[in-house]
Amino acid sequence: MGDAGNERNELMELNGADIVVRCLADEGVEHVFGYPGGAVLYIYDAIYKQDKFQHILVRHEQAAVHAADAYSRSSNKVGVCLVTSGPGVTNAVTGIATAYMDSIPMVIISGQVPTHAIGEDAFQECDTVGITRPCVKHNFLVRDVKDLADTMRKAFYIARTGRPGPVLVDIPKDITAAHCKYTAAKGEPVLRSYTPVVKGHQGQIKKAVQMLLQAERPMIYSGGGAILSDASAELYDFVKLLGAPCTNTLMGLGAFPFSDQQFVGMPGMHGTYEANMSMQHCDVLIAVGARFDDRVIGNPKHFAQNARKIIHIDIDPSSISKRVKVDVPIVGNIKDVLVDLIAQYKTAAAETRQNTDALAKWWQQVQVWRGKECMKYAGSTEVIKPQSVVQKLWEVTEGDAYVTSDVGQHQMWAAQYYGFNKPRRWINSGGLGTMGVGLPYAMGVQMANPDATVACITGEGSIQMNIQELSTCRQYHLTPKILCLNNRYLGMVRQWQQIDYSSRYAESYMDALPDFVKLAEAYGHVGMRIEKPSDVDGAMREAFKLKDRLVFMDFITDQEENVWPMVKAGKGLTEMLLGSEDL
Amino acid sequence: MKHVISVLMENAPGALSRVVGLFSARGYNIETLTVAPTEDATLSRLTLVTMGSDDVIEQITKHLNRLVDVIKVVDLTEGPHIERELMLIKVRAVGKEREEMKRMADIFRGRIIDVTDKAYTIELTGNQEKVQAFIDALDRSAILETVRTGVSGIGRGERILKL
Repeated sequence: MGDAGNERNELMELNGADIVVRCLADEGVEHVFGYPGGAVLYIYDAIYKQDKFQHILVRHEQAAVHAADAYSRSSNKVGVCLVTSGPGVTNAVTGIATAYMDSIPMVIISGQVPTHAIGEDAFQECDTVGITRPCVKHNFLVRDVKDLADTMRKAFYIARTGRPGPVLVDIPKDITAAHCKYTAAKGEPVLRSYTPVVKGHQGQIKKAVQMLLQAERPMIYSGGGAILSDASAELYDFVKLLGAPCTNTLMGLGAFPFSDQQFVGMPGMHGTYEANMSMQHCDVLIAVGARFDDRVIGNPKHFAQNARKIIHIDIDPSSISKRVKVDVPIVGNIKDVLVDLIAQYKTAAAETRQNTDALAKWWQQVQVWRGKECMKYAGSTEVIKPQSVVQKLWEVTEGDAYVTSDVGQHQMWAAQYYGFNKPRRWINSGGLGTMGVGLPYAMGVQMANPDATVACITGEGSIQMNIQELSTCRQYHLTPKILCLNNRYLGMVRQWQQIDYSSRYAESYMDALPDFVKLAEAYGHVGMRIEKPSDVDGAMREAFKLKDRLVFMDFITDQEENVWPMVKAGKGLTEMLLGSEDL
Repeated sequence: MKHVISVLMENAPGALSRVVGLFSARGYNIETLTVAPTEDATLSRLTLVTMGSDDVIEQITKHLNRLVDVIKVVDLTEGPHIERELMLIKVRAVGKEREEMKRMADIFRGRIIDVTDKAYTIELTGNQEKVQAFIDALDRSAILETVRTGVSGIGRGERILKL
């Protein structure tokens, strides 16, 4: 029966909207985040009639994209969202750019005015492929229903292969109504102009191995690429094999376990003293899916002052030798390259011994740097220290939660003080730095991991950029715990104003904040306001016991606490301010 | 340094805008750009002249290769190659000038392709330097209008940019 049924299906005439739905089902999509509108009515009608995937109705298109983005980040499936033409698309652009900067595999389906109306300034028309072109991996405008299924398959294929990224498919309304024969996919699409590399060049890997074996002060610097290619296990083996210190960037946190002795913390602008010093003073640096971002290495001229050899593994050649000169580039999928690297290293190490004396000396140096204890901060019994809230969260969730964050001081504290031991647990906007992602990210994570503990660390500024999503959470019984570190300031802006603009706090103060407890209650959730350090533990435990409720915890925190250490923009990586005494 | 970059890409709607958008977004400059379908109408061949240090050119070629519609990218300046540009130039040709213009066109192996009482339109091909030299050789006030295609390039000998 099954076979006969399939055969019949394959020859069936479907309309464009049904083809979209069939393609999504064929790709194994289980959740689509979206918002309806005129141009996508046929697609929504087709969604109404199917039961393969669930549609999650958000309250603003930006949130649909963020949620699909986090769905992907936390599961490695392709996130899918659906928006209407014109304002639906323009609202989605922030979300698309956010995903693009962090290389997140996503497919965005957008409605478009009918083909005959394109270019006539029709109602809710915009040049979607034009507007999104600079912030997608690729985009398509479907001009013929016969191309629709093929285009959808290409979109998924392009999104998830090579360096992943968002792909947009713009579908005019008349295409969704037109009929054509539907044939099920036969294997992966083939694109002559798109053939991503997987395996690394064996000769280059050999060069890297020789360089590593001769290293006296090796250092491993891994980034978001290690997480995107699911290479944590290989990275762990490699770090153990090398015996070198390892740092994970903001995007790479959790790829190598925080609690491991070889982990020296996050590098960069708010990285640890030991991570930045090791990055600067190593003699062989191996970058694994990281891109020497300005927030990670600071001023590239200062970084280049110390002579060191650099090995760079990345799937995207354009990330190599972009900001720093690389000695041994290896283009390929991180996971595959690491497998080969480990194998070659083991063979070569049997002949050429690693310089263990030098390595021991290097570790002595790293321990001295560690001795600075740069992450220590002054506690208080009077005001809630934001760092302590993050540490308490780790304690209450036993370090096993999915943590999303918004952007600002709270994001850095979350990254610094929630020790991530597993990949895909830390969900934040690293590249674009988009305020407002935290709550929709928590929604996406929860949809992908229904039984997981999900916490959203946010601030009173960021949370208001997408607070309407509390309503979506209510509708779909999504129960993340929101930890709002409320300091009544746009904290990171205020910190820079304090340091660089003689404490002239221009527009960084938040007056007339809503009563977040009442607001949470108005949306049907639980609200808590925590003002005393002694109440933090009890409140958090109570909140996490309410498994089937969303709890909004409004922590009134130390108003002028700063994020330390800090490398000011444009400064060298080791020109660190360790605390207010360095100002 | 000047580089002549040749790109083979899908003859798809929007493909050209991706190339141009890449240059403006990343702050690279385009001196000339010429594009047309190849003998295979599904493919477009694009020649682009740009200036930049070796590092910049390396990034440009990497980013071009990253575009999904792009099939192959070659920096023609890395090896022996031929560059040609076509110019159509309308010049004033009255009285004694008529003979002089004809002679100039001959010297540069140009062809007069349109004639009126007062003007000639001359077709001239060559590399950028030759085309520029012709313009420089003329009295500026005699030039009524110029239109240049920008450089097209191809590798010498067996060097082939194909699928």
